[in-house]
Amino acid sequence: MSKRSKVIELKEVVIRFSGDSGDGMQLTGSLFSDVSAFLGNDLSTFPDYPAEIRAPQGTVSGVSGFQVHLGNSEVYTPGDIADVLVAMNPAALKANNGKVREGGTIVMDVDSFDEKNLTKAGYLTDDPITEDQLQDYNIIKAPITTLTRNSLEDFGLDNKSILRSKNMYALGLVNWLFHQPIEAALEAIDKKFSKKNPNIAKANKKVLRDGYNYGVTIQALTPSYHINAAELKPGRYRTINGNLAISWGLIAASQKSGRELFLGTYPITPASEILQELSGRKDLGVKVFQAEDEIAGICTAIGASFAGDLAATSTSGPGLALMSEAIGLAVITELPLVIINVQRGGPSTGLPTKTEQSDLMQALYGRNGESPAVVMATSSPSDCFKYTYWAAKIAMEHMTPVILLSDGYLANGSQPWRIPKLKDFPNIIPPIPVGENEDWQPYARNEKLVREWAYPSMHGYQHRIGGLEKEEDTGNVSYDGVNHEKMTKTRQAKIDEIAHHIPDLILYGPPEADLLVLGWGGTFGHLYTAIDDMNIAGNKVAFAHFRFIHPFPKNTAEILGQFKKIVVCELNNGQLASYLRMNFPEKRFRQYNKIQGLPFTVDELKSHFTQLKNESDE
Amino acid sequence: MNKHTIKDYKSDQYVRWCPGCGDHAILNTLQKTMTEMGKDPEDIAVISGIGCSSRLPYYMGTYGFHTIHGRASAVASGVKVANPDLCVWQITGDGDALAIGGNHFIHAIRRNIDLNIILFNNQIYGLTKGQYSPTSKRGFISKSSPYGTVEQPFRPGELALGARGQFFARTADNDLATSRQVFLAAAKHKGTSIIEVLQNCVIYNDKTHIEITKKENRAKNTIVLEHGKPMLFGENKEKGLIRIGMELKVVELGKGGITEKDILVHDAHEPNTSLHIELANMEYPEFPVALGVIRDVVTPTYDENVALQVEMVKEQSNIKTFDDLVTQGNTWIVE
Repeated sequence: MSKRSKVIELKEVVIRFSGDSGDGMQLTGSLFSDVSAFLGNDLSTFPDYPAEIRAPQGTVSGVSGFQVHLGNSEVYTPGDIADVLVAMNPAALKANNGKVREGGTIVMDVDSFDEKNLTKAGYLTDDPITEDQLQDYNIIKAPITTLTRNSLEDFGLDNKSILRSKNMYALGLVNWLFHQPIEAALEAIDKKFSKKNPNIAKANKKVLRDGYNYGVTIQALTPSYHINAAELKPGRYRTINGNLAISWGLIAASQKSGRELFLGTYPITPASEILQELSGRKDLGVKVFQAEDEIAGICTAIGASFAGDLAATSTSGPGLALMSEAIGLAVITELPLVIINVQRGGPSTGLPTKTEQSDLMQALYGRNGESPAVVMATSSPSDCFKYTYWAAKIAMEHMTPVILLSDGYLANGSQPWRIPKLKDFPNIIPPIPVGENEDWQPYARNEKLVREWAYPSMHGYQHRIGGLEKEEDTGNVSYDGVNHEKMTKTRQAKIDEIAHHIPDLILYGPPEADLLVLGWGGTFGHLYTAIDDMNIAGNKVAFAHFRFIHPFPKNTAEILGQFKKIVVCELNNGQLASYLRMNFPEKRFRQYNKIQGLPFTVDELKSHFTQLKNESDE
Repeated sequence: MNKHTIKDYKSDQYVRWCPGCGDHAILNTLQKTMTEMGKDPEDIAVISGIGCSSRLPYYMGTYGFHTIHGRASAVASGVKVANPDLCVWQITGDGDALAIGGNHFIHAIRRNIDLNIILFNNQIYGLTKGQYSPTSKRGFISKSSPYGTVEQPFRPGELALGARGQFFARTADNDLATSRQVFLAAAKHKGTSIIEVLQNCVIYNDKTHIEITKKENRAKNTIVLEHGKPMLFGENKEKGLIRIGMELKVVELGKGGITEKDILVHDAHEPNTSLHIELANMEYPEFPVALGVIRDVVTPTYDENVALQVEMVKEQSNIKTFDDLVTQGNTWIVE
């Protein structure tokens, strides 16, 4: 590196790529993340894009963003506020007004800041810097469109293809801004494009290099940033997002249990990537059935489970609503089934591309009759893998449907992931009967109240199951009231028993703290970072996070009992809080809720917890 | 050859249909015919939805699954794709398959999954006690249509063929010989087979098919189609079908110079659907009602193709295990 005017050493930095939804910001952001991860930073990413594929060009509603948080130690969230913003047009600048740290850096493609675009974005003057009061920011005005065009002069590409490469110019400039060796980015482009389209790969690499060199040229005027590599646990790493982690968790459970994997599903945002990833996994024998609707999705999975496969379905809230009746069938027949719900804003179609945690009650209760299913939640992109594996393990070992709640934030967010080995996972032993057994009965139970899983093709185990109430042991149809009550209670007791076979609830932070923060699912990173910051500052807060909600881990009452002041934080109107009140009526649960389609910010959590700590108990 | 007897295909459960219900005969014929199919009871799965007919799996000595209303096609599809070696039967009715389950029914057919679907058509809702169904004739009076229906009924054959169905057959509950014949043909056919059984609901829609199914009416009011045979019917096979332009016509041999040479010969294997749809749509009294195998065309099945793709991709891919999968692509080592 040659001399620079100023290099700022940072522990962590948040960068946001923002542009029109056709500008390729998601690709730019994910390439930048891959390079940063490869260079040893820990990171967390968050894409934020409109539901429309190509929303009106140049408008604020059409802005697509991708935020990356890099750090030299563990990073749990994509960050509240950006240190660096790349704004490819005026709408991107407008949309991020107030979302960049004061004095931060803003890279603008000045070519797109013409009168037409400024008007579309809602600026009243031709000077957005003054209008948005950004005079104190470090503004890099780069004519990115013109420079990209110059860069590709000799490539014989049409205008559309040239404009499509603008994002790589911006990426090159940002690589320079963060002291990243350009080779890593060039390699990332090669991996992404060279197989599909070598000419585009070549053009993109040229543009990236020119963008980087542009940074070198202007360096005398611009401060740049450097972040040391994080100290991560040794091992082989890759980046992974929540949906990929879920797909792979299912594959791992299938291989470990020896049951073939079947996914019956229907595309829906933000869960479709699970269908897409697994439909490409025919090399591992995965059977994927793209059904005609979510009802058929889950019903094919139930059929596959009856036939002896590890069966799963993947969906989002509206799809889970359609599946309700079929989940009841899996409950009463006691067939293993993994139901993945990648939550989004609701009700109805709601906010398809925004995150929310508002399907908890639906997962717990959204069925007719007494219909207990296991309900779990994953809490970070990388632990989507671990908890999907757990969901499959519980489903098979306890012969029950398991609803696993993820969300849009986890689905699309990515993190470095230490690659595990299959041999290190806990065993999965499905209760499949062996040998000849003349007296075998489909609803006889073991000490965990679990029935055996005999499936078609197994000689001598022919039996009939169905949605009608069944007599205990024999499984024959029974309308007897006393038997029905007994079976209802047994099905619940079977689920309650699972509390003894799952990990305990973990308490983070000092047990003597006067405030316990509770959360579940995708909010873990923000909650953990907030309480960690506060504890480092000597402001004591304890924290527990639920991955298992029905049943709760067996030490839940014990942990709750240690604290007087408890606040339940959720991206909904208070669903876990209500459920806790029902289960632990002796405790008082305060609520902290956000329902804006976005994750919590660490700052808002810290200020709320600080305020709560100062409040009297009454 | 038949190592199993009918007993092996029966369960120990008491059959709970109404006395005189057409379902009894269909159940017995199915169980009896299964002894001729060469499949062990453990390799057969019988899947149903909801309705009187859908209780049938409980009476089978095979694997059975009584699922939820309308969804049997989807559950059966999952069973077959999970294990293509199984012989999968779906038992359904006109309400279960054509009303609530219409979507799954047409998509199972479109995909051509190797299922044998027996559609019990009694043109009424029996289990909910007497409302009209999607196959009830226009004007039909029932508990939910006291002034007669104002709806067009589905014609199951036309619907199945419109959904790209490659096998459609029809029989009547009391026509044991034709039932046996079409059950065997369906089991043999690779792909979705639809068998419409004209079934009598003795309580809510008694004698609805009587003009067709009554023994003494059968010869003159039905025509049993056989591949490669002329389309003749009547007590002495004195009548036949010819096609004038696009329309079918009933003629009498010896009248107006008509000889057997003029009579259509049934080709169940013809890929073009137009004549098959016309045959399936023939209604009494203008026409004899067609029984037997109306269409039986071989096309690739979903389940076979899934298995083939898996085999092919497994061979080509260098990802053989989970550990191969997760270490592919962009990874790095932290020391």
